[in-house]
Order: sequence, then C-alpha cells, then structure tokens
Amino acid sequence: MTMSSSHGRGAAAELYSDPRGWGATIWSWITTVDHKRIGIMYGCASLFFFLIGGLEALLIRIQLAVPNNDFISAETYNQLFTMHGTTMIFLVAMPMAVAFFNYIVPLQIGARDVAFPRLNALSFWVFLFGGLYLNSSFLFGAAPNTSWVGYANLTSAQYAPGANVDFWVLGLSIVGLSSLLGGINFITTIINLRAPGMSLMRMPLFTWMTFVTSWILVTAIPVIAVALIFLAFDRFYGANFFVPTAGGDPVLWQHLFWIFGHPEVYILILPSFGVISEVVPTFSRKPLFGYPIVVYAGVLIGFIGWGVWSHHMFTTGLGPIADSFFVASTMIIAIPTGVKIFNWLATMWGGSIRFATPMLFAIGLLAIFTVGGLSGIMHASAPVDLQQHDSYFVVAHFHYVIVGGAIVGLFAGFYYWFPKITGRFMSETLGQWHFWTFIIGFNLSFFPMHFVGLFGMPRRVFTYPEALNLGDWNMASTVGAFIFGLSSLIFLWNLARSAVKGAPAPANPWEAPTLEWSIASPPPHYNFAEIPEVRSRDPLWTVPVPLSQTRPAEEPLMPSPSVWPILTAAGISLTWILVMTGVWWVPIIGLAWTAICVYSWAFQPAFPAEAH
Amino acid sequence: MKARRRLLNLIKYFVLALPVLAVGCGREYPQSTIDPVTRDFGPAIQDLYMTVFWWTMVILAVVWGVLAYVLIKYRARPGGPAPQKTRGHLGLEIGWTVGAAIIVVLITIPTVQTVFRTQAAPAEDALVVEVVGRQWWWEFHYPADGVTTANELHLPVGRPVDLHLRSGDVIHSFWVPRLGGKRDLNPWVREPDASGPRVNRLAVTVVEPGIYYGQCAEFCGPSHGLMGLRVIAESEGDFQNWLRMMRTAVAPDSGSQADAGREIFMRSTCVACHAIEGTNARGNLGPNLTRVGVRTTIGAGLLENTTENLVAWIRDPAALKPGVKMPGIANGGGGFPATGLSEEELAAVAAYLSSLK
Repeated sequence: MTMSSSHGRGAAAELYSDPRGWGATIWSWITTVDHKRIGIMYGCASLFFFLIGGLEALLIRIQLAVPNNDFISAETYNQLFTMHGTTMIFLVAMPMAVAFFNYIVPLQIGARDVAFPRLNALSFWVFLFGGLYLNSSFLFGAAPNTSWVGYANLTSAQYAPGANVDFWVLGLSIVGLSSLLGGINFITTIINLRAPGMSLMRMPLFTWMTFVTSWILVTAIPVIAVALIFLAFDRFYGANFFVPTAGGDPVLWQHLFWIFGHPEVYILILPSFGVISEVVPTFSRKPLFGYPIVVYAGVLIGFIGWGVWSHHMFTTGLGPIADSFFVASTMIIAIPTGVKIFNWLATMWGGSIRFATPMLFAIGLLAIFTVGGLSGIMHASAPVDLQQHDSYFVVAHFHYVIVGGAIVGLFAGFYYWFPKITGRFMSETLGQWHFWTFIIGFNLSFFPMHFVGLFGMPRRVFTYPEALNLGDWNMASTVGAFIFGLSSLIFLWNLARSAVKGAPAPANPWEAPTLEWSIASPPPHYNFAEIPEVRSRDPLWTVPVPLSQTRPAEEPLMPSPSVWPILTAAGISLTWILVMTGVWWVPIIGLAWTAICVYSWAFQPAFPAEAH
Repeated sequence: MKARRRLLNLIKYFVLALPVLAVGCGREYPQSTIDPVTRDFGPAIQDLYMTVFWWTMVILAVVWGVLAYVLIKYRARPGGPAPQKTRGHLGLEIGWTVGAAIIVVLITIPTVQTVFRTQAAPAEDALVVEVVGRQWWWEFHYPADGVTTANELHLPVGRPVDLHLRSGDVIHSFWVPRLGGKRDLNPWVREPDASGPRVNRLAVTVVEPGIYYGQCAEFCGPSHGLMGLRVIAESEGDFQNWLRMMRTAVAPDSGSQADAGREIFMRSTCVACHAIEGTNARGNLGPNLTRVGVRTTIGAGLLENTTENLVAWIRDPAALKPGVKMPGIANGGGGFPATGLSEEELAAVAAYLSSLK
C-alpha cells in the first residue's frame, strides 16, 4: 500500500494519454497491444452495447405494458427482441467478461501481457466491427428479425427474403471469430505465462474459470460457425442444408445451434462464478472453501455442458429415449452448480463479512441466481418443459440466470477491480443505490414473468389479447424494467464519475489475496517490475510484504504497438460483409486486403528494434 | 394414491391461489398451464410439475436460509476475532454433493416415467386429426370423415384423440395449455422410408367440455403473436352433428345480399385460396371456409366473428395481421393483386360468409 503515494491524482490519466496531444492519444489506443488497454476498450464497448440492448428492452416493455398495444409494429418488435437477445449475449455479456479476462488474468498469474498481444488487439477490433455492423442494420430498417436463435427454415431465403437475416448471419460470424481468437490466446497465456511457483492448483479461481471458458469458446464457437456458414450458403449461394422441400432438415439447425448454445450458457456464467470466487473470500476474510472442489465443479460443468443441448428441444419431437437422456444429463449438471453455491456459503460461514458493494452483488448473485437455477430444474424435467418451453416462464428463467448470474457477477467485478484499473474507488453511496434499485427493478420486472408464463403467454409475441388477463402482470414487468433501467444509469454514472473524481485507491484496497493487488493501482504498463514467485494459493495473505512494488532500474521490454491488428480486423469484417452481395468472387477483395495485412503483420518486429 | 392426488390438488389450488389473490379475485386465465382438462396428458405434466416445484422450494429454502443466517451471524464487527482460515471439509463436500445427487435422482425418476407415459402410442380407435400449421393459421383435417376446417379444432369429450402435427411452411408449435404441453409442427417433407409426411404426434383425451384457448408457441415470422386457435370440446353427439354439418352444403336464399356475395366470392380471386364445401371454391392455400359462420373468431383467434369484423378483415387484412398472404381491396398480398371490391361488394361477401352457418 505504500506505492499509492507515488501515483498521485490522475495516475490513470497519465498512464492512458499521450503527452503529444489528442491525436497521439487516440493513435496510441488504436495501435495498442497492451492487455490492460484492450481490456478497458472491451469494457467500454460492452457498456455501450449494454445501453443499446437496454434501450431495446425498454421499447419491448412499453409495447407489452398493456394488451393489444400498437406502440410499435409487429415488424419493429420482432427486430427489437431479436437484437436485444443477440446484443445482450454476444455484444454485452461475453465481451464484458472478456474485458476482465484481458485486464485481470495476466495480473493474476504474474505475467506482463497475454501470450499473443497483437492477436488480442485483433480479437477486440473484430468484435467491435462485427458488433457495429450488426447494429448498422437498424440504419437500413433491416435489423435481424428471426430471434437470437434464428431457427431454420424461417431464416431461409424463401421466408426471410430481406437483408435482415444477412446482417445476422454475417455479423455473428464476425463476432464469433473474435471469441475464437480470444479463447486461443487465453488458453496459451494461462498455460505458458504463469509466474514461477504458480501451479495449476494455485491459480486464482477467476483465472481458472477463464481457462475453462476459453476451452469452451474454442470448442463451441466452431459449431455455430458451421451452422452459420451452412445458413450463409443456403441464403447466398443456393444451398439447401435447412430447406425441407429440397431434402434439407430445419431440425439440424436446432441441433447445431444448441450444441453451441448450451455451452454458450456456461461461457456466460463461468466467468461470473470466477469473480464471485474472488469476491466472497476477500470480503469474508477467509480462503475459498473447498478450492479443489470448486475448480473441479467448474471443469465438470465445462464438460457436461456439451451433453445437454437437446433440453432446448424437448418440444421438437425427438422421441422419449432422446428426451430421457437429455433429462438425465441436464439433471447431472445441476449437481456441480449446486456444490459451488454451497462452497460459497461455506466460505462465508465463520468469516467476517464486509458489505462493500462488490460483496453486495456477490450476495445478490447467490440469492437471485439460485432462483434461476431452480426454475431451470423445472424445465429440465421434459414433460414440464412441454408447458414452459417458449413461454414467459422461460424468459423469467434465463433472465434470472444470465442477468442474475452472469451480469450481476460482472457488476461485482466492476466494483471489485475498478480501484485496480483506475486507481480510484467507485462511489460506495452510488453503488448502494445501484444495488438496491437493481434488486427491486430486476425482480419486479422478471418475477411476474413466471406467472405470465404459467398462465400461457408465449414469448416472442408482439402483443397479447385482453382475454388472457395478463395486463397487470405485464404492467408490473414494465415498471420493473424502467427501475432496472434507472439502476443501470446510476451504475454508468458511477463508473464515469468515479473514473475522474473517485477517492484514490491504494494497491490493495480490499486486502485481497491475489497477485494483481501486489502492484500499483493502476498498474504500470509492464505490470510487474519483477516477476513474482508464488508459494501459495493466496500469496498476499501468506507473504507479509507485497512483492512487486519497486520501480525497476530498467523498464522491461514490452511489445511494440501495431496498426496491423485493426487493419486486419477491417479486412476480415469486409470479407464477410461483401458476402452480402451474393456474388461469389466479390468477398475475395476483402480476402486480398486481409492477406496484405497479415503479411505486413508477420514481418513487423514484435518488439522495438533498438532492443536488439 | 387417491389421497396423494387429493393432496396434490390441494397444493395446486393453493399455489394457483397465490397469484390470483395478488391481482384481485375471480380472475380467469384461459390459457393457464396449471388447470388441465384432459385425462392423462395434462394432469401427468401438472403432477410432475408440482413434484419438481416442491423439491425446488425445499432447496431454495435451504440456500436462502443458510445465506440469511450467515449474513447475520458472520457480519464483520469492529474488534471481532480474525476468522479461522478454514480451507475445506471433505465430509461436508461429500455430504452436499450426495445430497444434491439424491434430490436429482428423485426428480429424474418420475420425469422419465412421465416422458414415456406422455409419449405413449395413442389408442387404436383414437380419432385422428391432421394439424397443419401455416403462417399464421391452423388447418385441421379429419381424414376419416373427409372434413377440413381452420383455426377452431372441434374435439369430442371422452374420446382419445391422436393429433398428427406438421407444418406447411416454417416451424410452428401447437399449444393449448389447458390440454397439456406443446409440440412442434415441423415442415419435414417425408419419413425416411418415404411412407408419407413425417409428423409429430400428440395424444389427448379431453374430459371437460368447453372452449379452450391456444396459440402458436414457436416464433414463425411477423404475425407469430396473432396465430391463435380455439379448441371446442363438445359431447360426442354435438361433435357428430358438427361433422355432419361440415359435410353438407349450405346456400343463401337467392336474391338476398348473401347470395350476391356468393356470386362475387365465386368470381373473385377468393376461390384461388379458399374452399367451401359444396361449391366450386376449392382453393387450399388459405383457410377452408366451410361453415365459417359458426366459428367464434376470424383471423386465427384475432377478431370476434361478426359481419363488421369480416368487412374490416376483407377490406385490409394486412392492417390487422402484418404479413398476411391475403390481398385487400386496395393492396395486393401473398402474390395476388388487390381485389378491388367496392364497399357494397365487400358488405355482400361478408354477409355471404356470415350466412355459412
């Protein structure tokens, strides 16, 4: 904590701007290969998309506030709910977690950067371009409109002739590539760049969950890539993978999509489990209870997550034997999840619990996510699912899981690591406001949806008749959604304000045990002056003196900035976008651009020349 | 067994009562999933739901209870002792893993039993109804009786029914919550052995007469939200009367407004898509309009079946149902040009359709 004095006010501003002016500062961000800057950019981009997705949600809720509403048209509604789902999953929850992977994992394992810094920059830019391209569809009035699962054959050229589905299939392909590259990078980083002494079973839980998530990314993304490429060939080049009248099978899409889609659920939730496994011990002043079990449970979830996909397809008509198999596998996956919950509770048991905002959100996750997990058990029971599938009950369920689990965990992460990232605390008062308005708004919005579903309202309907008697419930949800919206604005305001005016934070403000807290807040661009040696699972609790706080005599050699990642990303995105023309040779223009960029990249030295 | 059933019913009404009390008394939820009117399918699902529901409540109570206890008991106190750095306890870990596994097994066993029970082959003498989903309406065909109708499924109370579900365009899902769960209508073209269109099947036996609401539960395009249906469950006698009625032609009095409407109908593009038993209208792209006058709604559960609503529908169907494949008087639709009917002709056609009782 002694180090904080040497970084006075504006440490972050100094670190992240270029003295030569605005232009130079922007250029330094565009060409950066620093995992911390890339992490910040991921975070900002995901928050930007969070605002867009939230706005879409509010428009949806206005439309559904009363029966037979005509606030927006059916077509607009279908675009909004499709983009809300697509945005929140691919452009918010995933990149928000990746923001933390980027910023925190190298610090937690005592590394100076990720294994492939330029590839990391490429991942970010590909993601950003893909996300912007997807959303640009609104400008043409042709946003995707066939839901985030895009079930065939509704997405075929016959039933979806507009550009809407083109934007979706190509945009997701671009974004997916980003995840794939990120996954490879983090697997390599975690395997190879751990500080001496940090065995796998000494890794912090957040790093462990990043590791598991990265494996799922690397294995699951190719599955949806295959599905999307099939669909692209169907739409642009006259193939018939999913066209029943030509011998294709639309149910094949469902299998491919969910073989990706269910592991995807764990891609969303495991990073948050990692955050919680850091926050709960720190704020209980106790090590994580049953560390190996929590690790194994996470790994097990990662594996079993591959064998449960057809529980999304109980109504498809796969027959009783397939249904029973997927009932059993889905039930099994509930066990490690439950075990994790009990381990967190046991960590708090006998501790000394401090109710700072990060801990509030961690507790919030335990309380809310459990509700979502349990409603999940209900529709894991296949016959019960026949009533609940595609109803608002399911909408309630997955918001409890994805918002109440993934997003709440990441909120905890923001409050927890913000002092490390900026050298300033987030406002505790605003944090409390954020937490309580969130809890009220979220539950008021989504809890009634359980009843709305049980009373027979299907999801993805732009309106509902008065006869269903569901107006009051829906109005409650709408009011809740606006309170939730307000809480998110408080959060964003807190982030922005605290980045500038927050109280200065020392190196280890929460007295946490892991390596990222041993260096200054914010960390210097080389992270660790000297790579620390690790002798235990919680080094800062067992070694009295923080390890790496002295300024080195000679700055460590860091990779040079490069403009090629962003230009390559532009080439890759362009290639996919040109597929929209439907002419087979046009995308080759984008490929040529990409090839030139990759070539230039390969021959650009990774480190500054004077170092040799 | 009977006592258990009674207990479950009691619990069901208790759970059902909570939300009802919350929004005021006497509310009816015509699409409720927890109030089945079938003999086997619906109650089997409902019983299983209650079993799982109570297990999850037990788990929730334990987790929330422990959480609340921990938060109160172990909150940081100034000058409190430093916590013991416990790292785990093998016995506890094994305990809650095994505990979770036991609950999971206790849920899985009745689940798998119910899976097989609800997908058992229907009775040999079951009434077969072919259900075809189309954007955004339902076709019901009774092959044994040669009767075809749309959007209102008539079923005899007490007789097993075997629904053969398939789609004519994109995937839909047949969901009438009070009958039981939903099942998808897939656009599969044929069985692998080419023995005819491949269908999903749903076996139900309705035990209470009544009108039950349902709607499509798989997103199927612009007007997915307006793809409603009604099940009209009636006594065997009423059902046989209805079948007989559907097979006999009805014609309006000559010279009446309805008769003029019939003439207009038969010479317009109407007949390209619609069929009416006993006339030259034999189109099969749109809903069969035989005895459309007795239906309770038009536009697939969209509007009450009144002459005024029929006029509004024929005038501009796309305004009422976005994307519908039927032309209006001024706008084309579904590849057909605008019908160009005058207001007078419109009223006559509506009168004709209303007269088909």
